[in-house]
Amino acid sequence: MRMPEPDARVLASRAALLARLREAVPGGVIAEDSAMRPFETDGLTAYRQMPLVVVLPSDTQQVAAVCRIAREMGVKVVPRGAGTGLSGGALPLADGILLGLSKLNRILDIDYDNRAVTVQPGVTNLAISQAVASRGFYYAPDPSSQIACTIGGNVAENSGGVHCLKYGVTANNILGIEFVTIDGDILRLGGKHLDSEGYDLMGVLTGSEGLLGVVTEVTVRILQKPETARAVLVGFDSSEKAGDTVAAIIAAGIIPGGMEMMDKPAIHAAEDFLNAGYPLDVEALLIVELDGPAAEVDHLIAEVERIALANDAVSCRVSQSEEERLAFWAGRKAAFPAVGRISPDYMCMDGTIPRKALPIVLRRMQDFEKEYGLKIANVFHAGDGNLHPLILFDANQEGQLEAAEKVGAAILKLCVEVGGVLTGEHGVGIEKRDLMDDQFGEADLAQQMRLKCAFDPDHLLNPGKVFPQLHRCAELGKMVVHKGNLPFPDIPRF
Amino acid sequence: MTTFTPETDAQVIDAVRWAVAEGQPLEIVGQGSKRGLGRPVQAAHTLDLSRLSGVVSYEPEELVLVVRPGTPMLEVEALLGSQGQCLAFEAPDYAPLWGGQAGEGTVGGLVAAGLSGPRRLKAGAARDHVLGVTAVSGRAELFRAGGKVVKNVTGYDLPKLLTGSHGTLGVMTEIVLKALPAPPLTRTLVLAGIDAAAGVKAMADAMGSPAEVASAAWVPAELPFTGIPPRTPSVLLRLEGVDVSVDARLAGLTRLLEGRAATAVLDNDESAALWEELRDATPFAQRPDLVVWRLSVTPGEGAAVLERVRQAIPGTVGWLDWAGGLVWLGIPPGDAQAGLVRGALSGNGHATLFRAPDPVRAAVPVFQPQPKPLADLSARVKAQFDPAGVLNPGRMGG
Repeated sequence: MRMPEPDARVLASRAALLARLREAVPGGVIAEDSAMRPFETDGLTAYRQMPLVVVLPSDTQQVAAVCRIAREMGVKVVPRGAGTGLSGGALPLADGILLGLSKLNRILDIDYDNRAVTVQPGVTNLAISQAVASRGFYYAPDPSSQIACTIGGNVAENSGGVHCLKYGVTANNILGIEFVTIDGDILRLGGKHLDSEGYDLMGVLTGSEGLLGVVTEVTVRILQKPETARAVLVGFDSSEKAGDTVAAIIAAGIIPGGMEMMDKPAIHAAEDFLNAGYPLDVEALLIVELDGPAAEVDHLIAEVERIALANDAVSCRVSQSEEERLAFWAGRKAAFPAVGRISPDYMCMDGTIPRKALPIVLRRMQDFEKEYGLKIANVFHAGDGNLHPLILFDANQEGQLEAAEKVGAAILKLCVEVGGVLTGEHGVGIEKRDLMDDQFGEADLAQQMRLKCAFDPDHLLNPGKVFPQLHRCAELGKMVVHKGNLPFPDIPRF
Repeated sequence: MTTFTPETDAQVIDAVRWAVAEGQPLEIVGQGSKRGLGRPVQAAHTLDLSRLSGVVSYEPEELVLVVRPGTPMLEVEALLGSQGQCLAFEAPDYAPLWGGQAGEGTVGGLVAAGLSGPRRLKAGAARDHVLGVTAVSGRAELFRAGGKVVKNVTGYDLPKLLTGSHGTLGVMTEIVLKALPAPPLTRTLVLAGIDAAAGVKAMADAMGSPAEVASAAWVPAELPFTGIPPRTPSVLLRLEGVDVSVDARLAGLTRLLEGRAATAVLDNDESAALWEELRDATPFAQRPDLVVWRLSVTPGEGAAVLERVRQAIPGTVGWLDWAGGLVWLGIPPGDAQAGLVRGALSGNGHATLFRAPDPVRAAVPVFQPQPKPLADLSARVKAQFDPAGVLNPGRMGG
């Protein structure tokens, strides 16, 4: 993975930088190799890099001070939450400050009347739900890493989860943020009111992967937990029929709380791992969860059963108890470790496709398996078209890591080719950075980078991520004006 | 004074390129139904997108609708309705509020203004339903952002940025929207005879219950609404879904709020009429003399903000939507009283001067002034999209 060339001037001035950082963040600067080691990678463990220094500020003022020092000294900054991200967004830079937000871990305000909770960025996703559970509330986005991942990272990555078709992703569930610019300014966007004013900067900060600002406070919207939830487990003898069923459910006006699909290799891996009770003689399995008032759930379950049978389902089981519902999910939620058990290594991809393209995409993946000699298991957020192919390989076998990377790139290009996108919820980071050209044209990426220039004209915040090439802002800002050379344009007019 | 009416992306690019070269700003319009919103634009030339119109693709099973910006809203809603779907954020029709005809307006205007109706409380805002855009920047370059799928984190979320940017960052030439199933049935629980403060508390309790309230409003004695007893301040709670579910939730909600006020239930048709009036601010469309403000505040503060303005500006009438988080104010004609209205916010939320004569909107900041670092950042964003300032200059102030 090609990263920006470390700046020799910055490496040479490390001692001066450390002194200023220690003054600004007493007790929060880590500079010894052994202590920095845990920060050398994130959830994308194939890539590692020791940072120049790790700084763990305790409050917003210290974050702002670090940014000001970085700006003044021309040093890069890589923000980091819990480091669970799967696209390498928190991979350190050799000449950069690794800015960890883990000490900003307080829940600041719980406001039930306004259904809003304000937290610091280092609070975990699950801790928010736990803090309000006694009153029957929860925070809806539930990435599978929710026990460890933090809300700051969720905002940076615009995290989703299995319930996001119905309840939305992070961007749809936050009301306000405080963030620090690379200049060290502390800005607030939104609050507890619903609509932000002016340009929707909160919208672009969310999912900006640490390239625009450092989030230091988040106000999220909380919801009352649905009264009931029940799930249906449906088996099909082809993934086409499973896909048709998903389309028919949505066409019938039903938005399930969750709708997941697994293909045969994933079903078998999960079943071998923990005996979830999945049928083994099917090609595709759907888990459809309906939630809401009991009367509604009963009604919708019957509808989903009817639709599934009309689409030739070979097996159909409705959960009869909370225990059984959780058992249906247990296999799906354990799909990654289950695959990890049958293969020494695996790589998890994250494209989104129009659902109708699923049969083509699965067929082409079978071609890739033959071409590269690697197995692929698929789990699929079927409701929103977010596909997670797991590429099985053994890094100790020569050439397999490279082959897996090639298969991964081929799959993501395929997602774009059928009208989808490179990443549905894991982010671009470094992992998909060099594929951005496949989804976007030069002008598209240039305009995105210009937005970055408005926030960070010197490319100090998390450079080397998201964009395949870094262009200087001055260069991006140039505009050729054909003064006097343009005739009145030939456009219909009155 | 030229009006360009492009029919292709290339013609939009040409028009903007000309504007940049000649230093001639453009006012970007669809049907012009929202010209009454924002600061009047100072531009001699008009870029009229009404002929950049039509549905590019609609796939109900994918929940994705792709349209050209000049497509009339009536056409968009009829198409979605034919498949039992809708724009869940509930597009308002404010044309009559600004003196136009009901049903005027384009989908491009809706997205550019970033407007959402009463269901915004539960379903999210317009910005939450714009999945992708193609636009021509003020650099006369066509760019795409977002995608045509419902879940996507690839690159910056420029579709959100362009939504609500009032045509000041780019001229949208294609918009990808998330379509969702339309609710099959709506009923409204009315609590009749309840003041604003108690009403806000009742709405908070309703929103904190598992009843999945889709919209919650409080209306005053002074303004008429369908289905509400005359001269009776009331709370309105809208429930949507399949009948068994609506009935069960209605029963639960009625038990929860028993004793707060007299309760009544409006059926589907009356509910539809009532929420349309709230959505379109119809009582103020019927009172063209009033200056109208629209305030976004912490929901629990809605009643207090309304009361503060009523104290400060005699003759003010208003209602609360979004469980108290949206305050509609009509103040007597004349000065917009921006200082008093914005003062009543106590630094919490923001106020938009939603309807006032052009000279008033030219003189008073229509949108809430921002703290300097934020205003500077917004200006830098604008400059990155439209360095020559040719797209709707001044519309958002500044």
